[in-house]
Amino acid sequence: MGIVQIIVVIAILLLLVKPAGTYLYHVFSNEPNKTDRIFGGVERGIFKLSGLNKREGMSWKTYALSFLSTNIVLVAFGYIVLRLQAGLPLNPNGINQMEQTLTFNTVISFITNTNLQHYSGETGLSYFSQMAVITMLMFTSAASGFSVAVAFVRGITGRATLGNFFEDFVKSIVRVFLPLALIITLVLVGLQVPQTLKPTIQITTMDGQIQQIATGPVASLESIKHLGTNGGGFFGANSAHPFENPSPLTNVIEILSMWTLPAALPYMYGLFAKNKRQGWGIFAAMMTLFVLLLSLNYYAESSGNPAINSMGIDVSQGSMEGKEVRFGIPQSALFTTVTTAATTGSVNNMHDTQTPLGSITPLALMMLNNVFGGKGVGLVNMLMYAILAVFLCGLMVGRTPEFLGRKIEAREMKLIAVAILIHPLIILVPTAASFLTDLGQGAISNPGNHGLTQVLYEYVSSAANNGSGFEGLADNTTFWNMMTGVIMLLGRYVSIIALLAVAGSLLRKQPVPETIGTFRTDNGLFTGILIATVLIIGALTFLPVVVLGPIAEHLTLR
Amino acid sequence: MLNNESNQQSSVSKTSYFISIVRLSAVLIILCGIVYPLASTALAQVFMPSQANGSLLKNSRGEVVGSELIGQSFTDPSLFQGRVSSINYKAEASGSNNYGPSNPDMLQRISDSIAQWKKDNPEVPISQLPVDLITNSGSGLDPHISPAAARVQIPRISNLTGIPADQLEELVVKTTEGRDLGLFGEERVNVLKLNLALSELSKK
Repeated sequence: MGIVQIIVVIAILLLLVKPAGTYLYHVFSNEPNKTDRIFGGVERGIFKLSGLNKREGMSWKTYALSFLSTNIVLVAFGYIVLRLQAGLPLNPNGINQMEQTLTFNTVISFITNTNLQHYSGETGLSYFSQMAVITMLMFTSAASGFSVAVAFVRGITGRATLGNFFEDFVKSIVRVFLPLALIITLVLVGLQVPQTLKPTIQITTMDGQIQQIATGPVASLESIKHLGTNGGGFFGANSAHPFENPSPLTNVIEILSMWTLPAALPYMYGLFAKNKRQGWGIFAAMMTLFVLLLSLNYYAESSGNPAINSMGIDVSQGSMEGKEVRFGIPQSALFTTVTTAATTGSVNNMHDTQTPLGSITPLALMMLNNVFGGKGVGLVNMLMYAILAVFLCGLMVGRTPEFLGRKIEAREMKLIAVAILIHPLIILVPTAASFLTDLGQGAISNPGNHGLTQVLYEYVSSAANNGSGFEGLADNTTFWNMMTGVIMLLGRYVSIIALLAVAGSLLRKQPVPETIGTFRTDNGLFTGILIATVLIIGALTFLPVVVLGPIAEHLTLR
Repeated sequence: MLNNESNQQSSVSKTSYFISIVRLSAVLIILCGIVYPLASTALAQVFMPSQANGSLLKNSRGEVVGSELIGQSFTDPSLFQGRVSSINYKAEASGSNNYGPSNPDMLQRISDSIAQWKKDNPEVPISQLPVDLITNSGSGLDPHISPAAARVQIPRISNLTGIPADQLEELVVKTTEGRDLGLFGEERVNVLKLNLALSELSKK
C-alpha cells in the first residue's frame, strides 16, 4: 500500500505537467492569449496605480536591478511591521515586537524564498504580521524567482529580450499564484484547516485540564506556502501540525501544490526552445535523481531506527519518532523528498529525528539544489549544469561547446563557475567556522556525529533557500540569526545575478547553424550525461562531510 | 549645458522609476497581504464556519471538550492513552524535542516508557507494543494512534472499568478511520473520539 500511494501521487503529477507547463508558456510568452481576457484588466489596474505605463524589454542589468530594488522595498516594509507589530491591528493574542537580529533573519528568510524560521508562529507573530508580512512575502518572493527563471529561459532560447521584470512579476502573481492560492485555500478550509481572526481557543479537556489551542488565518498562508515553494509554517511544527495539515488528503494536496509548478517549468522551457524534447530531457534527469533519493528515504525510514528496533517492541511501522500517525512512513517520506527537492522547506515530520540514512535524502537534494527546485531557481540551476555538461563534452572532443545553437565561451563559463562554486563555499566554510566557536557549537542539541549534521543542515538549508531545519538546533541567537541571514542572501542573489548575466550574454550571440557535428542536447544520451555531471560535480563536493555526519552516525547505531 | 540637461533628465527618470517600484510594492502588499487573506477569511467563515474555527468537538451534554484535530493528554489509566508529547499537548505551542536517532536521552525515554508499560499492562507482552505509542509525534499534538496501539490497551481498560474486552474491541473497530479515499495515509484512531465513546459506554 505504501508504494502504491506514492506511485499514484507521482502519476497525478505527470498528468499535471503538460497542462501546467502550457499555461505558464501562455502567460509568459507575451503573445496575446485567452488568459488576457480574464486577468488583463486587473493587471492594467495594478500598472496604472503604480505608474508603470511603459514596460519595454530590459537588458540583464536593468532586469536584475528592478528585481533587487523591488525586493529591497518589500523587505524594508516587512522589517518595519515586525518591529512594530505589538501596536498594529489584528493582534488579539498580544504578541510583542520581534527582536532585531531575529527580524533581520526573518525578513531575509522570506524575501529569499527560504523561510528558515528561528521563531515560532504561535508566540512570535501577530495575525497582521502573518498576513501582511509572511503571506505577502510568500507571494512576492515566489513571483520574483519565477520572473528570473522566465528571463533566463528567454535569454538562452534566443528571444528578442529578457523581458520586462515588472510585467513578469505582476503576471506571476495575478495569473498564477493568486487564483491558485484562493482555490487551494478554500479546499483546505473544507478539509478542516482553520481560517479565522479570532484569538486562541480555550477549552476544558476530557481530563479536566485547560487547553489553549492556537489558531488564526492558517489556510490562506498554507496554500501560498506550498504553491510558492516557501515553506514557512503558521505554527512551529509546520505541516506536521494538525491544523496546517489535518489529513493524508491535505498532505497530498500540499505535495502537489509545491511540486506541480517547478515540475512544469522544464516543459515550459521546451516550449520556449521550440523543442519539447529539450524540456523532457531535463525533466527526466530531475525525476531520475528524485526517485533515487526518495527510495533511499523510504527504505531507511521503513526499516526504522536500529537502536529502537533492538528493544523488543513491535516496530513494523518504521521510524515513528517525530512522525504523525495519519501520514505514516509513505506520506512522510514523499513529503520530505518533495519539500527538499522543490526547496519548499515545509516539513510534515521532523527531519532531525529521521534515521541517519534517511536524512541523507533531504541533505542531498538541497546540496544539489536542482532537482525540480524552488520557484524557478531549480530549472535555472539545472540548465546551468546542462551548459556545464555541454562544456565538459566539448572539452573531451575538442570542439567549442554549443547550447541551443549558441557558442558557450569563456565569459559564460566563468559566470557559471561562480554560480556553481558559491553553493559549496557558503555551506562548508560557515559549517567549519561554526565549530571553531562556542557561539556555534553551543546550539547543538544532539551529541556525536548527529550534532555535525545539525549544523551542516542549517547552512545547507540556508544556502539552498530551502528553510527546513534540524530543528533541535537552538538557532535563535544573534550568531545564528546573522550567519544564516547572510548565507541566505548570498545563496539567493549571487547565483541569480550571475545567471542573468549569462542569459544576457547568450542573447547577444549570433546563432550557429546546427550541423552533423553538433552535440545534441535533446536525447537520452544527454540526459545521462547531465545526471552524471550533477552527481560528479554536485555530489562529490559534499561527500566528505556527509560521511562525517549521517554515515558515521549510522555506523555507530546499534 | 547639454550634458547637464541629460543628467537632470536621467535623475528625474531614476526618481520616478524608484517611486513606481514603491507604488507597485504598496499595491501588491495590499492585494496579497490584506485583501487576499481577509477575503479568504470572509468566504471561509460564511460557508464553512465549523472547519474554519478549529473543528471543535462536543460531548453528549453539548459542552466543547476539544478540537477533533488536536490531541489531548489522558492521565486516567482507564482511558485510552495517546502518543508521547514533550509539550504535554499544550496547544498554544507545537513541536517536539527533535531527538536525533542516536540521542541517549531519547533512547532512555523509550526504555522508561517500556518499563512503565510492563507495569501498567502486565497481561500484554512488549513484543505487541506498537512503536507509535512510545514515540513523540512531530507536532506534539498528534490526535491519533494506530488501531494496533488502541487494541493493546484493551486488556488494561477492561480490567479497570469492567467493560468486557469484546465491547471495547467493537468500539475500536467503530472509531477506526480508514485511509483517505481508501488509499492515502494510514488507518488510525482518534483518541479523543474513542474516549468520548468509551465514556458513553461506561455510563450505561
